[in-house]
Amino acid sequence: MEKKIKVLIAKPGLDGHDRGAKVIARGLKEAGMEVVYTGLRQTPEQIVRSAVQEDVDVIGLSILSGAHTYLFPEIMKRLKDANRDDIAVIAGGIIPEDDHTELKELGIKAVFQPGTPISDIVDFIKNEVN
Amino acid sequence: MSDEKLKKTEKDWEENKYGKTVNRFGERKDEFKSDSGRTIKPLYTPLDLEDIDYEENINYPGQYPFTRGVYPTMYRSKFWTMRQYAGFGNAKETNQRFRYLLDQGQTGLSVAFDLPTQIGYDSDHPLARGEVGKVGVAIDTLADMEVLFDQIPLDEVSTSMTINSPASILLAMYMVVAEKQGVSPDKLAGTIQNDILKEYIARGTYIFPPEPSLRIITDIFDYCSKEMPRWNTISISGYHIREAGSDAVQELAFTIADGIEYVQAAVDIGMDVDQFAPRLSFFFNAQMDLFEEIAKFRAARRLWAEVMEERFNAKKDKSKMLRFHTQTAGSALTAQQPMNNIMRVTLQALSAVLGGTQSLHTNSYDEALGLPTEDSVKIALRTQQVLAHETGAADTIDPMAGSYYVESLTDKFVKEAKEYIDKIDELGGMAKAIEAGFVQREIQESAYQTQKKVENKEKVVVGVNKFTEEESKKAENLLKVNPEVEKHQINGLKKIKEKRDDKKVNKALEKVKKAAQSEDKNLMYPIIEAVKEYATIGEISDVLRDEYGEYEAKYI
Repeated sequence: MEKKIKVLIAKPGLDGHDRGAKVIARGLKEAGMEVVYTGLRQTPEQIVRSAVQEDVDVIGLSILSGAHTYLFPEIMKRLKDANRDDIAVIAGGIIPEDDHTELKELGIKAVFQPGTPISDIVDFIKNEVN
Repeated sequence: MSDEKLKKTEKDWEENKYGKTVNRFGERKDEFKSDSGRTIKPLYTPLDLEDIDYEENINYPGQYPFTRGVYPTMYRSKFWTMRQYAGFGNAKETNQRFRYLLDQGQTGLSVAFDLPTQIGYDSDHPLARGEVGKVGVAIDTLADMEVLFDQIPLDEVSTSMTINSPASILLAMYMVVAEKQGVSPDKLAGTIQNDILKEYIARGTYIFPPEPSLRIITDIFDYCSKEMPRWNTISISGYHIREAGSDAVQELAFTIADGIEYVQAAVDIGMDVDQFAPRLSFFFNAQMDLFEEIAKFRAARRLWAEVMEERFNAKKDKSKMLRFHTQTAGSALTAQQPMNNIMRVTLQALSAVLGGTQSLHTNSYDEALGLPTEDSVKIALRTQQVLAHETGAADTIDPMAGSYYVESLTDKFVKEAKEYIDKIDELGGMAKAIEAGFVQREIQESAYQTQKKVENKEKVVVGVNKFTEEESKKAENLLKVNPEVEKHQINGLKKIKEKRDDKKVNKALEKVKKAAQSEDKNLMYPIIEAVKEYATIGEISDVLRDEYGEYEAKYI
């Protein structure tokens, strides 16, 4: 049997909006992936620790507070420090387009806007992992 | 016409006119469903109102059960308050935005605080990094509040503050700032959100567990009933429940159930219901299904009135009046073809006006992309002004009353919400139902079903899954929070800490601690004293964290 793709859905920072995170988590599960949801208020350190412990293939970061400009670089740095920058990181939420280039330069594979169908995210992850 | 005759003529129409035409030409869809998934009939007639008694269930504006509005004259005396939620960066920038909005004809203020403030952390706390000034204004001490309301006469405006766990601290600061302007607490008008239950369910800015949180809330009810009679002590919010994915009936039911829990908590500590209930207020969402939304607002008024009279034996009319604020739905805004959002907001706002809202926030069209610009905020405000001055929607009271469809929906919503409330009662009330995960599960299920409907195009969203365009126009000039704001805020905090008298601060904090330990003391009084000494939000919250512990969410 093919190994299931494992995804960590994470809510970095103090942002409390988790409708998107939960809907995506369930959608990915229904698409056959194994999904761990961190819950709210995770520090970059906690997110990287969970990702390493759970040995995930993908981290999905959901943020609507605007704090991505600080939190995302922290997460990417810590992943590198843990020698786990092989884990694919994707992001979604309210992330202004002006910031996308910078985030991609950090190594974030994709930034999904509100309104993205779950199937697009599933396809992207499958493509990325395989 | 008698019912018997009507039944006959309706059946006749259904079979001979409608049915025949459908048979020949078909309809657009196999099944017509409302936004909340309820089947919509092709036609509503007087027969749908058979169980509704005008005087008992609808009645006149300003009369129990207030279905047609809480005031006898509604918008013929005065329009709803146009109140745009705003706040970003530091107190000085937000003060400028407030003064801009007041200059543009806005009639009330609404403060957005940043997340560290909402969760009781100072700007220099490690968990505040990257968050300072982002989703609202950063407030650490009284000094920031003094700047925030500089040159804004607090006896003339009403101010709404979206603050929950640390509501008592921010309310104390507001009061002290007003005092310094020479305005006494009894003259202050406004609202604190102060609704912790929906934070556990949907919004996420909780600090303490439910029990001490309810105590903090009832202390505020008690304090304000004595000292700030014009202040709305809570804004019981369905808005965020809806944003988290609930449907209209769930929004209605869970909000009223939250209200029941608060009233019960206050009654349990011996307060007289008519002493505090007149200052309870509500906050609802305005989504896209125009008629469901209008029915929801009307049903909410009737349901609350019935709850207050039947369950809590309230005597005063004011205790039974559901007054509410409305905000258009953020989750209905699309990142694709963002200008379309202006039309969405207009229709949502219309539902709030036809539903009899007391105040209204209209979203800006660019909010799915980032923080709104001054121009987009202006369009949002102008939308309300057009509705108020050009459409006639405000010129007669409750113009949708008597619509067979809207009346039938209103009645149905009351009944369906009551079924939910019965279920919650069985679980032991709202706090218990949240603990059991019941409410969160219901909302998550609805959220997921909505997403599926969008993906399989059962639910059309223009520009997203139909009438899409390859290249959407990029948003221009989104507001950027100055990246230096965090540094400046931390420096300012440091300066205040150097200037203040630490001995007095510690003594004041000690008094907060003592009050927290004692059930019969009201926390508001020592918090006001601490605020006056420039104790920080973080310091006061930490004292309470030590006493009460922190809430830990369970994920389902």
